[in-house]
This record gives sequence, C-alpha cells and structure tokens, in this order.
Amino acid sequence: MTTANQTAIAKYKNSFLREVEANVEEGHWVRMCMQCGVCAGSCPLGNAWAHPPQELFMMIRAGKREEVLASDSMWMCTSCYNCIVRCPRKLPITHIMHGLANYAHRLGLAPKGQPTRETATLFWNNLIKKGRVNELTFSLALYFKDGFVQGIKNALNMQAVGLGLVKAKRLNPMEILGGHAVKDQAGFKAMIAKARELEDRKKGFAK
Amino acid sequence: MAKKEYAFYPGCSSQSKASASNYLTSVNAMCDKLDVTITEIPDWNCCGASIGYAEGGELPRLALSARNFALAETHLPGKQMVATCAACWLAQREVKERLDHSEVLLKETNEALAAAGLKYQGTTPIRHMVEVLIEDLGYDALKQPVVKPLEGIKFAGYVGCQTNRPFGIAGESFENPVYLDKLVETIGGEAVPYDQKVTCCGGALAFSEPDKSQKQIRDIVESAYDHGAEMIVTPCPLCQANVEIYQSEINKKQGTQFKMPVLYYSQLMTVAYGGSGKDAGLDGQLIKATKLEEIAKK
Amino acid sequence: MNAPATPKFAAYLCSGCGIGDKLDVPTLEKIAQKEGKMAVVKSHPFLCNAEGVQMIKDDIANDGVTHLCIAACSRRAKAEAFGFPEAAVSRANLREGVIWVVAEGSEHDEVRQEMAEDYVRMGCAEVKKMKVPGGNVKEASSKRILVVGGGMSGMTAALAAAEAGYEVALVEKSGALGGFASNLWKRVPFAAPYKDAQPTGAAELAARVSANPKIKVHLNSTVTETAGAPGRFAVKIAQLSGQTAGSVAEELCGSIVQATGFTTYDIAKLPELGGGQANVVDQAGLEALAKAADGGPIKRADGKEVKSVVFVQCAGQRDTTGQHLPYCSGHCCATSIKQATYFKDRNPDIDTVVMYQDLRVPGMGEDFYRSAQDKGVVFTKGKASKVTGGDGCKVDFKDLILNEDASISADLVVLATGQVPNAGVNLDEWTATVTAAESGDEAAKLKKGELQKISVLNLDYRQGPDMPQFKYGFADSHFICFPYETRRTGIYAAGPTRRPMDMLQATEDATGAALKAIQAVENVEKGRAAHPRAWDLSFPSARLEGCTQCKRCTVECPFGAIDEDEKRFPKFNEERCRRCGTCMGACPVRVISFENYSCDTVGMQIKAVNIPDEFEEKPRILILACENDAYPALDMAGIQRLSYSAFVRAIPVRCLGSVNTIWITDALNSGYDGVMMMGCKKGDDYQCHFVKGSEMAFYRMSKIDDTLKQLGLETERVQTLEVAITDNARVVKLINEYVDQIKEIGLSPMKGFG
Repeated sequence: MTTANQTAIAKYKNSFLREVEANVEEGHWVRMCMQCGVCAGSCPLGNAWAHPPQELFMMIRAGKREEVLASDSMWMCTSCYNCIVRCPRKLPITHIMHGLANYAHRLGLAPKGQPTRETATLFWNNLIKKGRVNELTFSLALYFKDGFVQGIKNALNMQAVGLGLVKAKRLNPMEILGGHAVKDQAGFKAMIAKARELEDRKKGFAK
Repeated sequence: MAKKEYAFYPGCSSQSKASASNYLTSVNAMCDKLDVTITEIPDWNCCGASIGYAEGGELPRLALSARNFALAETHLPGKQMVATCAACWLAQREVKERLDHSEVLLKETNEALAAAGLKYQGTTPIRHMVEVLIEDLGYDALKQPVVKPLEGIKFAGYVGCQTNRPFGIAGESFENPVYLDKLVETIGGEAVPYDQKVTCCGGALAFSEPDKSQKQIRDIVESAYDHGAEMIVTPCPLCQANVEIYQSEINKKQGTQFKMPVLYYSQLMTVAYGGSGKDAGLDGQLIKATKLEEIAKK
Repeated sequence: MNAPATPKFAAYLCSGCGIGDKLDVPTLEKIAQKEGKMAVVKSHPFLCNAEGVQMIKDDIANDGVTHLCIAACSRRAKAEAFGFPEAAVSRANLREGVIWVVAEGSEHDEVRQEMAEDYVRMGCAEVKKMKVPGGNVKEASSKRILVVGGGMSGMTAALAAAEAGYEVALVEKSGALGGFASNLWKRVPFAAPYKDAQPTGAAELAARVSANPKIKVHLNSTVTETAGAPGRFAVKIAQLSGQTAGSVAEELCGSIVQATGFTTYDIAKLPELGGGQANVVDQAGLEALAKAADGGPIKRADGKEVKSVVFVQCAGQRDTTGQHLPYCSGHCCATSIKQATYFKDRNPDIDTVVMYQDLRVPGMGEDFYRSAQDKGVVFTKGKASKVTGGDGCKVDFKDLILNEDASISADLVVLATGQVPNAGVNLDEWTATVTAAESGDEAAKLKKGELQKISVLNLDYRQGPDMPQFKYGFADSHFICFPYETRRTGIYAAGPTRRPMDMLQATEDATGAALKAIQAVENVEKGRAAHPRAWDLSFPSARLEGCTQCKRCTVECPFGAIDEDEKRFPKFNEERCRRCGTCMGACPVRVISFENYSCDTVGMQIKAVNIPDEFEEKPRILILACENDAYPALDMAGIQRLSYSAFVRAIPVRCLGSVNTIWITDALNSGYDGVMMMGCKKGDDYQCHFVKGSEMAFYRMSKIDDTLKQLGLETERVQTLEVAITDNARVVKLINEYVDQIKEIGLSPMKGFG
C-alpha cells in the first residue's frame, strides 16, 4: 500500500514548492516571501524556532522537503499573529505555519511526541466528540497522555489549580459524565466527516 | 437609548461552570445595564480555536464556524453575531473572510454543511463584544450608567493578541491599541502605561510548552507590577485564564510573589454600573480582586 | 554698458532692524564720508522699503551716482530690493554680521561699534575698485543643440530639445537609431501596474526622431573635433563609409548633450562564473535568445529548449577584490526579473531562479518583483561561487539565508554583468601621455593617437579631448547639488555614461540634460555665466602685458575655460567660464581680474580695516568665507543670534579657489593676528560648487608656511577650514576657539608696519 507521503513524493518529484502550494493551507503565498526576516524578529517564541518562517520559506523553495516537514519549528507558533500584521508582503504567515504543521502531521512526518502536536490532536478529538470542548476531560486526557502513573503525578501537580477552579465554579467535576454538547450530534458528525472527506480527496489523503 | 439586539456566540469557555463562566456572568449583567439583548445561538458548536489546525486541517475547521453562522442566519435572522471570546471571534471572522473570498472553499464548505442540513449564506457579520461597546454604543453611552467610578484603582490594560491581530479593532494600532485604556478611563479607573500590552501570553501552548508560555506570562505580570498596576484587565478568556491561573505555578517555580488579579472589562463595567460582586462574577477569581470587591460593596 | 565717464560714490546706511539701536549710525555716516570718501552719504530708518529704495534710484537717475555701498543687512538678504543693475554695489553687513552676532550688553558696545565701522570702511573700499559688469562679448551665438548618441537617452534628449523649439544635430556611430534598447526583446515595465515586461518603444522613438524636422540625424558618424565654447561650438562630424572615412559635415552648436551609453562588462573576464563556456550568457545574450525566439520557446545556442534557468546577480559587480567592477549597476536586478518572466509568461512550468545577494529594484520595481514572485519566479538569496557551463549547467553557491553551500542545475545560466560607461578619454591618462609625448617619448606619441581614437567629443581644449571623468570612469557630474552639471560648461552628460542606470532613469536623465543644454544656450545669448552664478555678467580679463606664461590659470581652471593662444598666453573662453575666480587665485602676478571681483576689491577691504595697536589688546582676525556655504553659515549664526567674537572681519569670496595668496600676506603685513579661510568640503565627496576650488585652496595654503616663517610668524596664524552650509553652530565655535588660540600665541608683531 502506498502512503500519502509516497504518493506526494511521486507526484511532485523535485518541486516541494509546488507541493506546498497545492496541499498546504495558504501555501501559495510561500513564493511571495522577500526574505526580510521581520517575521523571525517579531515572533514571541522566536528563539525556540530552529528555522524561523523566513528560513522555512527558503527551505521550501530549495526543495528541502524532509527537513521542513520533520521540523518542530512551526509547532512553536502561538497564534499571536504578530508576523502577519508586520509582514511587509502581507503573507498570512501564521496560517502557513498552521498549514505546514497540519500537512506534516497528516503525512506522518511531524516529530513523534511533539507536545503541541499531541495536545492539538487531543483537543480536536475532544471537541468533535460532542461539538463543544469538555475542559475536564481534555485536561485529564492531557495529564494521562504519557501513561497512568505520569497522569496521576501531573494531576497532583495541578491539583491546587484544579480545586481552585472548581471552587470558583470555573471547572465542573460533573463534566466527566458528559457535559456540554451540541444537540444535533448526528448532523454535526456528518458535517465533519464530509469536510474531512473533501479535504482528503483534494490534498491527496484519500484512502 | 435604542435597544440593541445581537445573536450571541458564547463559546466553550463561557458556559456554566467552564473556565470563563465569570466572563459570561459579567457580560450578562453588563448588557442588562446597557439595555443590550444577547440571544444565544441555538445549538452552536466549538470554533476550533487556535490549536484546532493541527488535526482539524482546513475544511473541517471552516465547517465548524460556518455551522455557527448558518445557525444564526436560520434562527436569528437579521441579527449580527457577537462573540465575547477573542479566539471565537477571530476564528469566525477568519472563516468568514475566507469563504467570502473563495468560491471553491465556499462550495466545499456548503457541501459539508449540507450533511447537517445547513447552508452558509454570508449575511451575518461577526462582531466582538468590545466592538459593540465602543462602535455601536460609544464611550459617551458607556459612561452614562456609571454610578461607582473605579476611582483609585490602577489597571494594566492587557489587549493581548487575538482581538488585536490580525484584524484588530478598527482604527487601532497593532502595536499600541488604546481602546481598553479608554474603556478603563470611561468608567473612572486609571490605565497605566506599560510595555507588554500586546505581548502574547502563549496561551495556545500553555499545556504543551508550559515553560515557554509561563515566560510570556511572567513578562506581562512583571511589567504590570513595575508600572504600578494593581490589576490586569483583558478582553480575552484565554489570556485571563492563562495569566491568572499560572501565577501560582510561576511563584512556585521561580520564587516570585505574583498575586495580580486578572479581570474582564465586563467585570469592571458591571461594578462601575452598580452591580454586585456576584453580578460581576468576582467570586470566580482565583486571585481575588479585593479593591474591586470593596467598591462593589459600597 | 555706457557707464558715465565720472564715477560718483555714495553710501546708504540703514538704521532699521535694530541697527540704529545698537550702533552709532551718525558716526558710521561720518566714517563713510571722511575715510570712505563717499560723495553722498545718507541714512534711512527702513532702507529696503519702497521709499528707501526709491531714494537710491533717484540718486542714480538724477544725481549721477554710479557706485554704491549699502550698509545694512547681509548681501544674501534683500538682493532684489538692493539690486541696481546700472550701478556697482557693495554691501556692508551690519545686521547678520554685527548686531546679531556680537554679544548683548553695554560692555560690548565699543567692540560692536568698531566692528560696524570697519565693515563700512570695507564696503566703501570695495566699491571704489568695482566696475559695472558689461556682460560677455558674443562672437557668434548658435542655439542649436548637439546630441551625441542615438540610444534611448540621446533620442529622448533630442526630442525634448526639438519639441521645446530648438534645432538639434544628432550624431550616432552605428547605422541606426535605437542603441542598446533596440537589442532588447522587451523592457522593464515603466507604467502602472508595473506587472509585465513592456515593448521597448525604441523603434517608435526612432521614427519620431527621424520624422522631426528640427532634428538632423547623422548616422554612421562620429565627432572628430569640437572647438570653441558654449554658443559657438564648431563641431566636425565625420561620416564613415565602410572602413574609409567619408564626408565631414560641420555644425555650429550652442551646447552639447553627451548620451553615449555603456558597454556590457566583458563576460570573458568572469571564467569562474562560466564566462566563455557553453550555455552561460550575459543579460544581453539572453535578450538575443529571446529576440530570436520571437515569442516562442526560448532556445539555447545548441537549439535545445530552455526548461530551467538560473540568473546570477552581481556577476563581476560590487566586487571587493579589485578585479571587477566595484559598483552596482542598478538596473540588473529588475532586468533579470524581466528576463525570468520571458520564460514564466510563456510557460509557468519552466524553473526560473534569480540568485541575488541584495535585490535592488528602484522606482516601481518592488511591484514588478512581487509580480514575478506571483508568476512563480523563485528568488534565492545566495552568492554564486562557481558556474559550470555545458549541456547541463551547474551553479555552486552559498545560501545566505540557510548559511550553507548548495548547488542548482539548469539548462541555461544568465550572468547579470554591469554597465561600463562609454565616456571617452580619461583626462588624467591623457595629461600624463601628452606630457610624455611633448618631452619626446615615442611610445607616448603613439598612445596619444590611440587615446584620440576613443575620444567621444574630441574637444579642442587645452585640458584634453573629453569631459573629465568622475568615479569609475563615468562622465563627470556634480552629483551632490546639480546632477547634470559637469566641468565642461555647456556640455551635459545623460544616461548610463554618467552613472549606471536603467532605461527609465536614462530617459528622465536625458530630459534633464536637454533642459540644461537649453539653459546654456539661453545664458550665452544673455552674456551670463552658467550655474551657480547664473546671473553674473562679469567675466575674467587678463592684463597680458604682465603675464609670465606660467600656465597656472590654464591648468587649474576647473572648467577648462582657458586655452593658450599662439603666443602661449592664456586665452579666455568666457562662455565656458563659471566665474569662480580660481584663475585669479592662481595667478602669481595678479593680472587676472573680474570687473566686480578682483585682487583689489578684496585687497582694499583688507587694508581698510582699522588695526588697533598691540597695547589695546584687540586682535583682528580676517575671515575669507566661501559665499556658497561658509558665508551663509555665518549669516545663519546671526539669524539664530549665536554670538562670536567681535574681533573678526569676514569677507565673502566666490570660492576658496579664488583666494590669492597676496591677500594673506597683505593681511599679515598690515598687522592682522590671524586669517581663517573657510571653504567647502574637498576630496572625492567634495561639496565645492566649482568642484576643485576648495581643493586648490588647501593645496596652495599648504605652501604658505614658508612665507609665514619668512615674516617671522607662527604657522597657526593661517587656518584653512572646511565649513558646510549647516555648520552655523560649529562656525561660531571655530571662531571663538581660534580667537582664544591667537590670544594665547600673542598678538602679531607686525602691527604698525603695514
């Protein structure tokens, strides 16, 4: 069986730029970067990026597919949008970073165990389960993502905060039993499934 | 004053017993005082928030917000949609921009919505509550109901990211938006100048990169202290939760003694308009806003 | 001018603007009368108003006044009110020069009054030696404009002049108009929306030039001799027929636009970048391929269609090793972008990479850059280290963003080489060759002949056959203040021969040069100087009976205005003269003078100053200040009420180059304690309005130490300074520090001998 990754490699051969333009959200903007570096200097977590957006764009143009998709740089994005408002070329950098992360994740090339990658997956799965985020089950899932023992430790570490929130009526222990949800569960789930199907077909993930 | 009516999108955190339930409480009280009616959109869903991208991708995320628009258009026709959460507002607005500018995405999104028996028309604008306040009502109207001006309290207006970038409030600078300071002054408080007004709190990475996120929070709280602020005020539930909740963590790890209350503008306004501490959701603070409670009790 | 036979001198003193409050005007009047020997002396409370000016006009008309000294504000103020073209006028600067700069308070009353009295004495002394300038004598005057070069610049200049109503003679070396532009497939966009390459329009422009009845086009022609001066250039134009010289036409022209363009840097000098190897071309080479393709797929010399191309920017340019061009040619980034779109516009699948170090796209180039990015041209910030040509080309480079070595392969590599100006003969080389040839060096004689062949204008000027060259061999221009001015009056360079530029800049440049050429012929007709003394009707004259034929004037004139006649005396070509007075400053026997500016007009001012004896402990410092920058800076110090010592006496000079050393020795002999000379910045980034005047002055003054020693004086007693027009605060500091220094050295021992 050919993986989506192998299909993409075969389809775009040596042009990673064209692959990004076709498959990454807002990827058609990558060509417009003029390498000024304002994005790198504007990022609140700039130091944490092995390759700031400017460099990622350059690497895409240089065809460094593996290096870009396996990088954990774009996972450092805090969605603060500073780069977008300051980019002199008006590139939607935040969205391109999100798009690259999503593409790398879907291809299975994103770093294993990357904490933001895992958190994001848990978050999404939590929200599509009922249509609304269950803050309690999301937190618990996070605590226990690295196993039961670590989960207990994490939960104990954050116990004071958790209890404080419960006391302040900002966290409901009863959410464990279900909690907030959209009523039209069937419609909601059908919609998400359809959207996913369309996207997968378009971006080469269709089974 | 003419009565204003809106279709209300509270978002996941502004539900009962959720992390921003005190925001919801104070928004209800504030709207009451301002004669603004907000009707919850029936059966709304999560917007996907900042972090939804990684697993969700593009189209499922577009579908989430499009469903909310479609529900508002169906059940509350003619009413503008208002969100109180910065991330909800931003997600809805981004989706609207994308759908209104791409026929391809519009077609695909509606194909997905059709599975839930809905259709996105693009007739409903999305507003943030702050826009409703300063644009639809105006500072003069916001001043009128003030009965307990917040005299003697110094606030650091913390605008943060998502009500500020990439769209922001019309006419405001990305680097130095002033609407929040003006709101504080309108209700009699003092807005201190400080240098972390639009710094990202790292909220999106609070769980996955706690050290990086907490460094952001420390910078913000420290600067507020350094410039004489007694409380932080914000329009964003993620900022509020993040900056308030993790102060104790930072104290524990770094030996600081942070105890800076972090409030919503709506809580300040409710108190200034004569609401009780409970009306303003002050009982929901992890770090008590004592000075504000005292004014509320007067 | 029919000046009255008997001169009559008058002084007019103004007591307005606070002069009357701060100074004893009646005493000044007496000084003008008794010491200044003025026949008429009048004062007025508001001399520059209509009534005051009418009083002076009446005296000129009814009372026979021919020479006036106006003691009021600076000569830079009220120039229109006090402009009396029929009279010789001197100005004593009592406002900016005295009451605004001498410290407040009654303890300064005495020195303030002494300063004002000296300026009145100086103004009276100056005007006595002045004559009303009679204007230039015109031998012949042609308003026809010669344009050399038939490319975009030359054609644009010719049309601009013709459409303004002037006859034009256009000389083009090749057999057709169009120049470099006619070799291009398309040009960089020059009109909104700046997105796509546009037709060059060269053929249409050439057709307009050919059809214009005011333009006479000489094709296959070169200029073999240019003699004379603005207004009367006698130009020989030789038409080449095959290898043999053909007919010679003669044209009388008033001014010249030199638009001789550029040659591309020789790609063979870049072997490390694949120069000379197959499928490595320069930008001109790519244009040739694009023209051959004529809108179809672009093919290499071997006929293979190009599917991938790399443009290497700054090839042999911005070079720091000294082997290649050190400068940026300005147009090449936009040109490569344009050429990349030749490929992309036809087939978006062709890989086009522009490898740049700094992408420089002047004008609306950013929009074009964005458009090319949008079309999928890839921009890589990198520096190519090696290009290998052949069937599969390879570019090795350093990626400047990722900081690593990398390589790209391509079907074709285009090197963006630079522009080398076609500016004719380098005059430094010429002078050295001529000097050697004159001393009998046979090789030099041959070389002189070779140099003559590459000359563009073949000027019959003592200083050589072409325009002086500025940096890197580009034709001269005074870029700081006046981009089209050159050191050859009436000859204006335009386009890439003047500095590297793109086609849009070249055509704009040509329009500017055409306007300067028009201005030049109009000035000549009025007998006026050229910029920056455009109003000046005076011109230099020499008392040849006193001339020692030392040639300093002919050598030092920055504008090549002075030739030598058959008897080896200086021959002034007034129309070439800019009235800077550098010749006057150079002349060791002081035989050169202007009617209104001479060794005497300044010398008598220096001598008119009352030098107190040494027991009074009041030093006197002479300031000779360039009228273009230093004197305005002094005035501005006054306007800002900055105080400087009342012991200085300032005299404006046309240029520091006009300062004759006799003034310095006269001053020191008469007991001045020090001399400050203030001129413009010299050197490569000079600010001298006459290019070399300031430099000459510094050079001459470097030799004055011997004179000082002979007089038994300290070398500190003469200072030469660079002062910019913005130095108003600094000039005050310089003066006050110098006065302190002089007090420390002690007063001059020469007092009382003068």
